[in-house]
Amino acid sequence: MSFVLDGKHEKDKRACRDGYIDAVLELMDADKKVVHIDCDLKGCINVGRLDKAHPDQVYNAGIAEANAVGIASGMAASGLTPFIHTFGIFASRRVFDQAFLSAGYSEWPVHIVGSDPGVTAAFNGATHMPFEDCALYLSVPNATVVDPADYAQCYALTKELAKVPTITYQRLIRKGFVKVYEDGSEFELGKGVTLRDGSDVTIIASGIMVDKALQAEEALKEEGISARVIDMHTWKPLDEELIIKAAKETGAIVTAENHQVSCGLGSAIANVLAQNCLVPQEFVGIQNRYGQVGPQDFLEKEYNLMPEDIVAAVKKVLARK
Amino acid sequence: MSKEQKMQELREFAAEIRVETLKIIGSRGFGHVGGSMSLADAYAVLYGAVMKYDPKNPTWEDRDWCVLSKGHGGPVMYATLGLKGFYPVENAYQLNQPHTTFPSHTDHLMTPGVDLTTGSLGQGISEAVGAALGNRAQGRDSHTFVFIGDGEADEGQVWEAAQFAAHYKMNNLICLVDNNGRQLDGDVNVVMSHGKGIGAKFDAFGWHVIDVADGNDVEQIYDAIQEAYKVEDKPIALILNTVKGKGATFAESTGAHSSQPSKEEWDEAIKVAEENLAAVRAQKGA
Repeated sequence: MSFVLDGKHEKDKRACRDGYIDAVLELMDADKKVVHIDCDLKGCINVGRLDKAHPDQVYNAGIAEANAVGIASGMAASGLTPFIHTFGIFASRRVFDQAFLSAGYSEWPVHIVGSDPGVTAAFNGATHMPFEDCALYLSVPNATVVDPADYAQCYALTKELAKVPTITYQRLIRKGFVKVYEDGSEFELGKGVTLRDGSDVTIIASGIMVDKALQAEEALKEEGISARVIDMHTWKPLDEELIIKAAKETGAIVTAENHQVSCGLGSAIANVLAQNCLVPQEFVGIQNRYGQVGPQDFLEKEYNLMPEDIVAAVKKVLARK
Repeated sequence: MSKEQKMQELREFAAEIRVETLKIIGSRGFGHVGGSMSLADAYAVLYGAVMKYDPKNPTWEDRDWCVLSKGHGGPVMYATLGLKGFYPVENAYQLNQPHTTFPSHTDHLMTPGVDLTTGSLGQGISEAVGAALGNRAQGRDSHTFVFIGDGEADEGQVWEAAQFAAHYKMNNLICLVDNNGRQLDGDVNVVMSHGKGIGAKFDAFGWHVIDVADGNDVEQIYDAIQEAYKVEDKPIALILNTVKGKGATFAESTGAHSSQPSKEEWDEAIKVAEENLAAVRAQKGA
């Protein structure tokens, strides 16, 4: 694992989806057994680039996601390495029994990619806004679940996921937001990344919340509060060692996620803390609500996903310390 | 071997499968007798005359695949695989015991010769289509056989899989429909009917459909599969008009989905099935 933090809070030139496509393109170049199956959403993540280079390794299952997961499972059983993409809501809620049994229980390497996680679904609104997609996959015993933060991390993690012998679920941000990491950064599945050291509190975030956690850390520093920041890109298997160390050394935890807090990263971390090192924890994320339509910056404020929300949570948790 | 000799062999094999299927479910005392017994003849044809497989190497790459999408019929598959040497057939008398490798629904992680895990109806056919597509993509000359039930065909996923297989012109896929007319709550036509018929539905989805008038006749099934092998650009559906519980004295008349008869009824059913096997064998010399 070697990474370089960009940390300038500037917009990434590339879309995150290109991180996925660039990685799969290279995987396909190296191995004819790697295939991509889409559900009539190829245009949404630029699968045309895979089509052009490897037409025999791309399949369209149409708007029939449950079948697509079964197809992917059968293809995996025949020896292929299938990635399968649709919007996150379909990739989780709509196909859950198929993902659980045909892929998960059956122990086939099916790599499911759900795009537009949480508020990034923006103008597609409530019907397309997954706040609980990871919750479903966290309940699959042998699943790997990741929530990449930007292009570089998406690229690196996609390559790692291809090596996993059982079901994986990846959240895929389609657009380009903030650049967090320099290209060429490497990450290990199941290993969180400490981005800033600190002693008063630890902020653990993933996905779009990583840059916001870094902004919060900078604001807190101005006030004399020393915050550690961890990017927990892999929700399962969870880096328990890093969490316990942070709890012991800083004595307070704030989690930040673009997901329901009752069944996501924060609750998974609370599970670890309760069993190993109980310290006060505050949860930034979706608080038992449905999605709605709107521009992403509006939604981030509406659901309290801003750096100032993390700052407020830190102050609250410190008061409980 | 003449065709008639081959058919005689298959009739014997089907009768053996029926005896063992009853013994397997009888070892536990209850189970899915109906939808297991209806398929004994089709299993006899597949494993007795049609499929290429190696009992000593169940995951041989170039094998034909068999997927029991109506996974609750597991016992008929366990009987068949046991009789063909994938394992001693008596091993399957551990059906549904704690830590068994013979669960009520077929599971590829547990039982040698089971290619894909099934049980949640509708999922097995998608998995089978994926396997057939994957085998074709890797240049393998093999067929995938998938059994679905007429009750199972209530599931929308069956028809998603059907349209996919037709779209990708998968003539290496043969779906055998156990059209026994019954599902758990009663007659298919009462619980949830199939419009113009299940064959008409597959036809509308672009499949080559073969109606097998007697789905419990090994020769009709064998002939239908030979016809299926000639189809060039479509998946093939064999509509097997079967009798649920065929050959189980306590179940054939009721068409029950699952049965829990008394010890005496089990003994009687196995005795009758064994007598039937002896009668079929006696025809060899006739």
